Amino acid sequence: MDRFRANARPDRLLGLNTMANLTASDISIDFPLYHSDSRSLKKTILGQASARFGRDTNNRPVVQALQNISFSLNSGDRLGLIGSNGSGKTTLLRVLSGIYQPTGGVLSADGRLTALLDPGQGMNHQLTGRENIRLRGLYLGLSVSQTMELVKDVEDFSELGHFLDLPVRNYSSGMTIRLAFAMATAFPPEILLMDEWILAGDAVFMEKAKKRVEGMVRHADILVLASHSPSILIEWCNRLLWIENGQIRGDGDPMSILEQYLPPAAFRELAKVGAGP
Amino acid sequence: MTKALSTMPQDGAFRKPAHFILSADRGWKQRFQLALADLREGVHLWRLIAVLGFLDIKLRYRGSALGPFWLTISMGVQVGAMAFIYADLFHTDIHTYLPFLSLSLIAWNYLNALVTDGGGCFIQSDSVIKGMRMPFTVHAARSLMRNTMILAHNIVIVIAVFAIMGVHQSLFSFMALPAFGLWLVDGFAFSLLFGALCARFRDVPQIISAIMQIAFFITPVMWNANILNGHREALFLIRFNPFYYLLEILRAPLLGTPLPAETWIYALLISSILILFSWIAFARTRGRIAFWV
Repeated sequence: MDRFRANARPDRLLGLNTMANLTASDISIDFPLYHSDSRSLKKTILGQASARFGRDTNNRPVVQALQNISFSLNSGDRLGLIGSNGSGKTTLLRVLSGIYQPTGGVLSADGRLTALLDPGQGMNHQLTGRENIRLRGLYLGLSVSQTMELVKDVEDFSELGHFLDLPVRNYSSGMTIRLAFAMATAFPPEILLMDEWILAGDAVFMEKAKKRVEGMVRHADILVLASHSPSILIEWCNRLLWIENGQIRGDGDPMSILEQYLPPAAFRELAKVGAGP
Repeated sequence: MTKALSTMPQDGAFRKPAHFILSADRGWKQRFQLALADLREGVHLWRLIAVLGFLDIKLRYRGSALGPFWLTISMGVQVGAMAFIYADLFHTDIHTYLPFLSLSLIAWNYLNALVTDGGGCFIQSDSVIKGMRMPFTVHAARSLMRNTMILAHNIVIVIAVFAIMGVHQSLFSFMALPAFGLWLVDGFAFSLLFGALCARFRDVPQIISAIMQIAFFITPVMWNANILNGHREALFLIRFNPFYYLLEILRAPLLGTPLPAETWIYALLISSILILFSWIAFARTRGRIAFWV
């Protein structure tokens, strides 16, 4: 709590409220396990002795998806999240985007925030691409003229052409991602949260997407990206947060974190490629 | 400080600053504040709610020739078929029974949908809830909107029947308007209350639909409440039936039947309790719904 005050207040007092800030203070998330049998759960706990199954104050079984996560991001920070499957990356992104109310700790966000967590989010697959863009305009609470701007921008950026007049269910997954990415970044958010699915785009689109995110970050904004790909993380991020079992295992510059995270052989390979050009 | 503000970049004006703090549960004061903020944000998104409700209906019938008018047709056939059979069974005149049944059945259909479909409002929107930050009241209002659109299609039947049977309308008919307003508020409260309950306990949707099934038979929907005159025990069915009062305040003005003031008082009392309960429940569960769906 005090830490977040120390970080956020000076900006606001100086009137620099265009500065983005995203601060997590001691955030924990306990996932309730309602729809599972408590007996078999007991077996799981005894059998695996996993550190992540626990009980909350009412003695209900929970999974401790995140434990005491703290960090602060300011304008220009591009944070990469790394960790094995189920380590809590997506849950953390959901907390940061304000979807899950933390069961412990405080999140504070200054700046317009967009989360790209699921490529189909907020899209209706029966509607055409164009109709979906207009729907997104409504989701964002845009005026009619702003919505027209949004349609124009997405048309240009996604390069979907006539496909925009077809229902989204006829799109390939790559095309859906183009549309989703274009919609989310049309009005550059001050804080952009992305999950790893963005990597499913083709090389040409990836190049465009990267340029757009770079432009966004140049305008002193924040990016948080969860990914399994070390090369993408090195390219896009200037700070890495390594999460394991819902806890922070490492926090620092990408190369030093990857050196600990990756198997030695894989890291040497990566270092060689990185040193190449 | 003033100087700093004046040197603020000009484009800061259209960059809508968004600031939010989300902390762990801190007790009732914070819960009610968050619930109120949720409602306020939901009201701002009224255009979205209208479009989502409209799309729900439109997409269900996309590709069909008659589209949403299938709603009107199937309801019309049901009303027509039932009216002639039950008018005969109850030995009543079809000229009074058909208007009564068409209005009752369509109103009940709406009420039933507000409860059962409202109960599914958060479960149905799970991908949106988990995909973006969005006021939860939007999902509840969307269900209300969707079912009100269905009602708008069905009401055509009532208008047609009333015109054919020559049901006399007077100034008293306008009393149906405040009643409809109360139904809208109640429908929203049903969605908030049962939506959270159904998301948390997955047996509740089944229990609710079973209760509504029974309620349909014990509420004077198909039969007139006057039949029970003289059956003292059976009058309990009406006396302690909240649905009866809600139906009656809407139905009586349009049918031109007497409407005692106490019916309205009971309807308001029931609605107040419902609204109070649902608001407390919503404040209590709001932060947990995303984990439940």
